[in-house]
Amino acid sequence: MKHALSLTVLALAALSGTARADQPTYHAADAPEATPVVYIGNIKPAMDQGTWLHGIFNQLEGRYAPGGTDFRWDGEAWFGGDYNKIWLKSEGTLEKGRLSDGDHELLYTRSISPYWNLQGGVRMDLDDGPTRTWGAFGIEGLALYEFEFGATAYVSDRGRFAARIEGSYDFLLTNRLILQPQAEFNFYTKSDAGRQAGAGLSDVDAGLRLRYELWRKFAPYVAVTYSGYLTQARRIAHDQHDDTGSVRFSLGVRSWF
Amino acid sequence: MTFPSRIRGGLTRRRFVTGLGAGGLLASLPRTSHAFSSKASSGIIPPMPSDRWDLKIGHTRISLDGKTMHAPTAGGTVPGPILRFKQGDTVSINVTNTLNEPTSIHWHGIRTPSNMDGVPGLSFSGIAPGETFTYRFKLHQSGTYWYHSHSGMQEAMGLYGALVIDPRRPDPNACDRDYVIFLGEWTDVMPDDIVSNLKMQDDYYVFRQRTAASFPKEAREAGSAGAALADRLAWSKMRMAATDIADVSGAIYTYTLNGHAPDMNWSGLFRPGEKVRLRFINGSTMTFFDVRIPGLEMLVVQADGNDIEPVPVDEFRIGVAETYDVIVQPKDERAYAIFAQSEDRTGYARGTLAPREGMIAPLPPMDPRPVRTMVDMGMGNMKPGESMKDMDMSGDMSGMKMDGDMAGMDMHGMDMKGMDMSHMAMPKMEVDDPGPPPINVENQMRAMMPIDRTGSPGDGLENNGRRVLNYKQLRATRPGADLRPPTREIILHLTGNMERYIWGMNGRKFSESGPIRLKLGERVRFTLINDTMMEHPIHLHGLWSELENGQGDYRPYKHTIISQPGSKLSYLVTADTPGMWAYHCHLMYHMDLGMFRTVIVA
Repeated sequence: MKHALSLTVLALAALSGTARADQPTYHAADAPEATPVVYIGNIKPAMDQGTWLHGIFNQLEGRYAPGGTDFRWDGEAWFGGDYNKIWLKSEGTLEKGRLSDGDHELLYTRSISPYWNLQGGVRMDLDDGPTRTWGAFGIEGLALYEFEFGATAYVSDRGRFAARIEGSYDFLLTNRLILQPQAEFNFYTKSDAGRQAGAGLSDVDAGLRLRYELWRKFAPYVAVTYSGYLTQARRIAHDQHDDTGSVRFSLGVRSWF
Repeated sequence: MTFPSRIRGGLTRRRFVTGLGAGGLLASLPRTSHAFSSKASSGIIPPMPSDRWDLKIGHTRISLDGKTMHAPTAGGTVPGPILRFKQGDTVSINVTNTLNEPTSIHWHGIRTPSNMDGVPGLSFSGIAPGETFTYRFKLHQSGTYWYHSHSGMQEAMGLYGALVIDPRRPDPNACDRDYVIFLGEWTDVMPDDIVSNLKMQDDYYVFRQRTAASFPKEAREAGSAGAALADRLAWSKMRMAATDIADVSGAIYTYTLNGHAPDMNWSGLFRPGEKVRLRFINGSTMTFFDVRIPGLEMLVVQADGNDIEPVPVDEFRIGVAETYDVIVQPKDERAYAIFAQSEDRTGYARGTLAPREGMIAPLPPMDPRPVRTMVDMGMGNMKPGESMKDMDMSGDMSGMKMDGDMAGMDMHGMDMKGMDMSHMAMPKMEVDDPGPPPINVENQMRAMMPIDRTGSPGDGLENNGRRVLNYKQLRATRPGADLRPPTREIILHLTGNMERYIWGMNGRKFSESGPIRLKLGERVRFTLINDTMMEHPIHLHGLWSELENGQGDYRPYKHTIISQPGSKLSYLVTADTPGMWAYHCHLMYHMDLGMFRTVIVA
């Protein structure tokens, strides 16, 4: 826990230092003056410092298999303004009544450029397996060619490191029919058999989802999804007589508010 | 008779809900939409001017095109009543607020003392609920103007109306018939929800993007699939959309003419041979309109309330908050359509000029929607291929920066007035040049080679086979009142980040900026460089903006000036009225999200 916290503190310190790297010299309509304008009745004529609250389920789906259908969710919510936000991320899979891959993060998010945000905070692996706590630090945003991309590094309360890379892309077939390839990769420095994590590239969760935006905030989809363990983690799962990876036909809904 | 707004854009949630609810609502609210055909929004100007008007601001439940809103209104209608004044009169307007929140009325384009301008925070503290505020000022000007709330999002919900001032001297443009044509939008989506949606997804309301389905058509237009693909990749590499024309579209807006939805078909009567004056006002929140009357030539005689040398046109674009007066002379005993399509072509406002009530004129098909090009990106007239490698999205621009008295000169030497200044040894002009805006959270691009676009009618209107008005054609009927050259130039970059939906100037939104200070009596040149891909109608309160469009001393006086994407233009301002003034983009959601500055004249 100590490591996680110290990493978080470091992350936040780094973030707060990124505020407005390029302070230009004074020009008309640029920097606020030493004596700010006193507005009558303290009424600001434009309200550009609002805060917003949004949440989205990118995945809320059933993954069909003859032996039983898994239920999977992956979503995030954020609250804040243009520069500072609090993010809550959550994902997990319900498999034969057992919750796995439960990963929940609380992140402070700082906007640093037109398309990129730095994030720092805490991750909890919370499901029916053993609980782990991590400090998290990463970057998230829109890469060239409009790829959604995120990369996060983690350090656990047991002094271990992990990383996650995730990305997705929206192909507009029509203005409402959208094909989205998506993938998430997890890396660990040391194996953790209790959580079926292996050293190196441990697991991947990917999907090809075809959604129809009935309205912007509600889009049912059909998908082909793959979830599986790789390298060492694959052996761990195999030894535990668990599914080491499977392609599933999935149905779900992407929705947000 | 079509019902375009229902067909277009498919089934959005809003439409789905209102579509289900409309029947029931209309049944239980008898004749709510009747308010729209009442006298107040008939477009008919009151028979006599008055120096005293009473306006009651209150909530009115209004249904239009199946969209119901409990809207703040002036006098119970949208638009509110047409106020008619006489030039030279000292007028008083009693505005009574029966809302449960503060309100205000701003007299758009009217030169008033700053405490009568109606902007809470800058002019006064607003009109509290239950209170009556008396606006009192002398009218030095004449022409067509409008009024609207400057409090919160009331204007976006319907608190606006037209204002007509008779000239003291006989009107050179007096006509047999005289109508106000007030263009607007109507929706039942609350403004705060619209902003919130745009914050989450900037193209939330755009349902005309380039898709796989539209690719064959683009390939045909571009000449080859390779060219179409290259163009797409170029835009997608920049993380921008060439189809980003309007932030809010016909997906939720019903476009209105004098408060009438297209199917309600507002009508203005004429007798064949009569001269009809149409006073166009764009009182919308986010929409530019392209206006024409198929079969009739329009003679543009006034812009933003000021008479200009008549310009015959087939079509004109009217930016948010602008006004144009046109004269038409229908000769035939038939109906003519007033057709005002939104710039993004997702809908239109329409009305009819007819010899009798109840006539309908055929509507022309809508034009194809414009697509942004490298010109809009500030790449001048480069071809897409060569421009991309020069596109600077993050690097240093210091090499391009001019200094000293040459700073007024355009980067590629096209701007002759800058050259003249230095050669003719005019008094040295102070130039406040912030340099290229930073690429940061609030700004996603720079116009590397902004060009003069005042000769262009605007995106989607160039080379359409019709005579379309452009800014260079505006020539005042009399020379300006202040012929002094400017002693200072203030260069401002219009900036924004569409992805995060933040707007500003010089890469800063309002709350991170200081005021623009002008000395009382000072003559200043404002130069606007538009580093965004969208048009911005820039409105300076309290002072005239004299557009430098090549007409010399006959430059037109305007209150709202469209800055086209990737363009550079300038206008002169005489800071002759002291006080705090608002200066902003009149696209309301751009204004409220930061494209706003306070101008202090002292």
